[in-house]
Amino acid sequence: MSIWEYANPRKFMALSGAVLPWVSAAAAIVLVGGLIWGFFFTPDDFRQGSTVKIIYLHVPAAIMATSVWFMMLVTSLIWLIRRHHVSALAAKAAAPVGMVFTLIGLFTGAVWGQPMWGSWWEWDPRLTAFLILFLFYLGYIALWEAVENPDAAADLTSVLCLVGTVFAVISRYAILFWNQGLHQGASLSMDAEENVADVFAYPLWTSIGGFFLLFLALVLYRTRTEIRARRLQALVQRERMA
Amino acid sequence: MMPDLGAYRVEVLSAYAGTLLLLAVLVAASIWKARRTLRQLRDAEARRENVK
Repeated sequence: MSIWEYANPRKFMALSGAVLPWVSAAAAIVLVGGLIWGFFFTPDDFRQGSTVKIIYLHVPAAIMATSVWFMMLVTSLIWLIRRHHVSALAAKAAAPVGMVFTLIGLFTGAVWGQPMWGSWWEWDPRLTAFLILFLFYLGYIALWEAVENPDAAADLTSVLCLVGTVFAVISRYAILFWNQGLHQGASLSMDAEENVADVFAYPLWTSIGGFFLLFLALVLYRTRTEIRARRLQALVQRERMA
Repeated sequence: MMPDLGAYRVEVLSAYAGTLLLLAVLVAASIWKARRTLRQLRDAEARRENVK
């Protein structure tokens, strides 16, 4: 038994159809649970007041925004090297999810930044890289729609994904590369001095788990749709040729 | 039940409302596209069976 067996669309559809209800239910429970825990049952921060509750949206969305791009990088590389169609379609399916997570990260960051920094936006290295990552998501989605031949579209978007990875890396690790900008360091860290207090960390980890499970459910669901759309496209082409 | 958000009530509530709205649009759009694609695929497969 090999993981490559699931590159077969039939096997992927069978497995994803079986696990999708469970993943979706887990996503709903963990995400709603994490957000309710964070919003209703955590104290205010002594410095940031109640705005600390935005952490349960902003940090998971930002982590997932870059993680989704890395997942797209892996599936794009699998497409370029092994030419598995399911892999390319999984990357295509993941892009709108990653784009929405990036938008949530930008929006909640602006709403949080205004009262804390006195500004909705700063051309800080991390924020700028994150905005460029959002533009890469838009470009990636537009490129898939613009190229009619699906294999050519998969090739071109895979190359775009490789280029965009630079900004995904910068947006996640900018704080390590440049010791400047308004954005704070990591909220979650192995370093006890840097890590947020447990009362905030536990619901935060739960929210991160919820965002991850939501992504997993959506990418499975959307990949199934893309596989069906590819089959539909093939049938329509055969009809035209007949 | 509603926590006291103090001076930052608008910021916190708008962050939650905006996020939930974006997630709801994403889920709804995914479901809408999936249903439309499945319906079109079934129609195309039915046409193919009729031709046979």
